[in-house]
Amino acid sequence: MTDTKVNNMSKESFRRQKSREEMQKQLISFGLMIVLTLVAFAVVAMDTFHKGFVIPFLFLMAIVQAGFQFYYFMHLKERGTGMAALLIYGGVWAAFLTLAGLIVISWW
Amino acid sequence: MATTAAAKRSFWEFIWDYLTTVDHKKIAHLYLAGGGFFFILGGIEALIIRIQLIKPENDFISAGFYNEMITMHGTTMIFLAAMPIIVGLMNAIMPLQIGARDVAFPFLNALSFWLFFFGGLLLNLSFLFGGAPDAGWTSYASLSMDSSGHGIDYYIAGLQIAGAGTLMTGINFIATIVTMRAPGMTYMRMPLFTWTTFVTSVLILFAFPPLTINLFLLMFDRMFGTAFFNVALGGNQVIYQHLFWIFGHPEVYILILPMFGVFSEIFATFSRKRLFGYTAMVFATMLIAFLGFMVWAHHMFTVGLGPVANAIFAVGTMAIAVPTGIKIFNWLLTMWGGQVTINSAMLWALGFIPTFTIGGMTGVMLGSNVADYQYHDSYFVVGHFHYVIVGGSVFGIFAALHYWWPKMFGRVLNETLGKLTFWPFFIGVHLTFFVQHLLGLMGMPRRYWVFLEDQSLDLGNLISTIGAFLMGVGAIIFVINIIVSAFGEKAAADPWDGRTLEWAVSSPAPYYNFAQLPLVRGLDPLWIEKMEGNGKIPAAEPLGDVHMPNGSIIPFLMSIGFFISGFGFIYQTDNVYWYLALYGGLAFSIALMIIRSVKDDYGYYIPKEELEKALEGEAK
Repeated sequence: MTDTKVNNMSKESFRRQKSREEMQKQLISFGLMIVLTLVAFAVVAMDTFHKGFVIPFLFLMAIVQAGFQFYYFMHLKERGTGMAALLIYGGVWAAFLTLAGLIVISWW
Repeated sequence: MATTAAAKRSFWEFIWDYLTTVDHKKIAHLYLAGGGFFFILGGIEALIIRIQLIKPENDFISAGFYNEMITMHGTTMIFLAAMPIIVGLMNAIMPLQIGARDVAFPFLNALSFWLFFFGGLLLNLSFLFGGAPDAGWTSYASLSMDSSGHGIDYYIAGLQIAGAGTLMTGINFIATIVTMRAPGMTYMRMPLFTWTTFVTSVLILFAFPPLTINLFLLMFDRMFGTAFFNVALGGNQVIYQHLFWIFGHPEVYILILPMFGVFSEIFATFSRKRLFGYTAMVFATMLIAFLGFMVWAHHMFTVGLGPVANAIFAVGTMAIAVPTGIKIFNWLLTMWGGQVTINSAMLWALGFIPTFTIGGMTGVMLGSNVADYQYHDSYFVVGHFHYVIVGGSVFGIFAALHYWWPKMFGRVLNETLGKLTFWPFFIGVHLTFFVQHLLGLMGMPRRYWVFLEDQSLDLGNLISTIGAFLMGVGAIIFVINIIVSAFGEKAAADPWDGRTLEWAVSSPAPYYNFAQLPLVRGLDPLWIEKMEGNGKIPAAEPLGDVHMPNGSIIPFLMSIGFFISGFGFIYQTDNVYWYLALYGGLAFSIALMIIRSVKDDYGYYIPKEELEKALEGEAK
């Protein structure tokens, strides 16, 4: 009886520790995302960089931010999310093809 | 037992039961009935087209009405007949095949059906209110922007509502297959029909958003004065074509892949052999779906994309012939050396192979961008896609209906009438569509209202019309078969000596599907138990209370709200009072969404005792 109680207690404290660490990571990534947004904004606002640098840089920032979004806020880094990841990347691929098709064929 | 209970219920109780049902098997009945109704409608439209083309310079219908007929025939057959019937089959069978008690989101499933139904109804009501859409089923912006009246608006609103339902079905089925497989049912033990359902659902998930966006852009252009497709204001109509075919090409795989699954089940069952090359079949399905997203521009070779783009898309298109060829050979090798039984379901499957192969061959011909300049917009194309869609999807639907009818409705369809359905239909298909290839090569353009005398088109068109009526005869015999079989004997649980899980439950399946979740020991689980066990699927859990979802009228009412707001969108350009319908309908639906979200519905439990009683009854 007491054994299971102790067991439950340690499980509970382990879970708490886990979620505390999790919250820490969430906050760090949230802070990072704000910083990245500010950086992206600054690069455009400063008006000192060449267009050829700004546009690819913004794309890079966008990809990093999307990664944070998926992996930290939508928990794609957890175990057992393989199928969800596969479907998300499938969707990204379909969307990429659509945009590439329109950009390369129609507007270029 | 079930029939006496049904007989005791009054007619209105029966109707109310179906209006509020969230049971995947009853929703399947609704889909089949709704899809069947639109199939008859589309068939009548086809016959009107063929009567108009029976002789040169015929004036059976006017040119404007002819445009409405071809548009509505195509739109109805693809969006309102073939897809719903296929979704109905998936609904009826897929949860049983993976050993689940229902789909993942039963409420959403009901909503999907009612959205499809009211979307289809809205589209077809255009006939009564001033003319149907008349810009072809593709509704290219060049034509649809210039079409006067409200026909195109009905097309936009109707397809938008029906399309939302389809998209939800796709998500629902993905969630079901990923999360609700019975213990032991690994991905590589799933029956091929479940696999193709899964891949098709992924296609729906990725292909329908471009259609939704395209319809929205067209709607804004026609109703709210934007200029996405208005060339005079700097718009670009080719964008419409791209977006349409980015949806449209995966759409044809949505129509055919589930049928590949059906044929795989039927060939294996009636050859009494394991499906040849199961793994190859699974990966071929995925490969077709993957490549299917990269070939859309082969519908646009003559738009003027340039030789590089055309060549890339031509190569991609021909690559799809490889996994499709793998499938055809695997089916042939499944039959090789098997104990083949030829009954009506098998006849449709056997008829499919040559018919679909011809369609595939003409597909590769069209896929060659150089030759396509000759075939484009001619009857050759009409012949090609009817060989694929009728020879693939419609044959598949008939095969599946004959195969699974006992599981869905508890009656085996009459064999003699089944064969009598097949032969006129099969001969009719080839009479109607084979000559259309030749007509196209002789220069007959598609979508033309009349053709002139003595241009070697007279005989071919006459033959084509005769064939269309033969198909009608086949379809009527099928309806007779349904009625005759309804009075026939009750079906056994496993009338075909089946291999997969759906044949392990009674026909029709009890409303909770499985009293105990089944334990799956390998591919073709029922067959394994027949060969190595006692012929019964072992249970994966002790008998206990079963949790079931409550029925709800909300999906039906919510769809009515969208239906009404659809009318509001269509007519608000005429009169501001229609905004009442627009906002009123939307407000009604959103209010129902809020009610659904706020009100907790925990469902109910079937007590263990009731399941025990049912199991005893079955044992007797």
